[in-house]
Amino acid sequence: MSILKKIITAVRGGAREVGEEIIDANSTRIFEQEIRDAENHLTKAKRDLTEVMAKQMQASRELERVKGEIKEHEGYVAQALSQNNEALALEVAEKIAQLEVELQEQTTSHSSYEKAALRLKDLIKKSERQLADYQRQLSMVKTTDSVQKATAAITDSFTSSNSSLLSAKESLERIKQKQAMFDDKLAAAEQLQAESGDQSLKDKLKEAGIGQQQSSANAVLERLKNKG
Amino acid sequence: MNIHKIATYLNGLTDQSDTGLIFDCVPIAGEVDVLRVDIQGREEIPVFVSVTGDQILCISYLWGEDEVIEGKKAEMMEAMLEMNIPMPLSSFARIEHKYVIFGALSEHSTLADIEHEVSVLSDNSLEVITEMADYLK
Repeated sequence: MSILKKIITAVRGGAREVGEEIIDANSTRIFEQEIRDAENHLTKAKRDLTEVMAKQMQASRELERVKGEIKEHEGYVAQALSQNNEALALEVAEKIAQLEVELQEQTTSHSSYEKAALRLKDLIKKSERQLADYQRQLSMVKTTDSVQKATAAITDSFTSSNSSLLSAKESLERIKQKQAMFDDKLAAAEQLQAESGDQSLKDKLKEAGIGQQQSSANAVLERLKNKG
Repeated sequence: MNIHKIATYLNGLTDQSDTGLIFDCVPIAGEVDVLRVDIQGREEIPVFVSVTGDQILCISYLWGEDEVIEGKKAEMMEAMLEMNIPMPLSSFARIEHKYVIFGALSEHSTLADIEHEVSVLSDNSLEVITEMADYLK
């Protein structure tokens, strides 16, 4: 049975009695151990791969060296033959034959390292996928467990506050009322701000002697004098 | 990430938050750490945050099974399923006998990501209750 199926079955079955865990702690521990084992295998496989790849590189260098030597000796054969030194040419040809055996050996080991590296790479890919899957499943188990515990804590805190008594609609209504009140306050504050802004402009104009002026006793006297 | 870091950050924002919301966080005692995030003006529908293994879960309780109008449950569930993807960041679920809205974040999320998540979750929960009012008592 898949982990998800197990969780669903447990939740549906109502494994919610006090002290009863949705997923049994012991099997979680076993699962965690399996993950650690898989991680160890993966680490080992990666180390093996590094080693094999190093050997593959070494073999490939060796291969190049032997090929180079063969070519070099083939040149010597040609030179010996051009000097009609048949005996020397034969001796060099023997050396080439030896090198060719060596070439064969190096080619074989190079290709066997190559195959081993490919196999290990496949194995690592497969293990990594497996491990990711295990970790995802463990995360499901742990989350279920943790949500269950968190729910218990939340339910306890709900019962100690009165918010649990409200239905969703009542809660929404209250929040909307608060929002409306806040909006009203904001509007009132804005209006107040606008009015006081107006007032301060009037004050400034008055100070500058612009606009309608309040009549003063002096102004009245002046006006009457001018009239007379 | 742990709930105390989240609490310190959200409480410290006061009115400097990017989302315009003011948060008040209170840790809840229990077997696992849970943070109750009250949002000013929306105290009736808090967001609960818990850090579990590799994820941060933010949950708001919407309504109880007993609040659903009889005979309308299937229709309501269909509406919720259809609303699930269009709703930004949050999803629906049921915990025991309560319908919830939740968002899950990676444990490596930044504090600003968490603030954003909590704010979107709270907005979504208000909108969902408004939209689903026809199915509720």
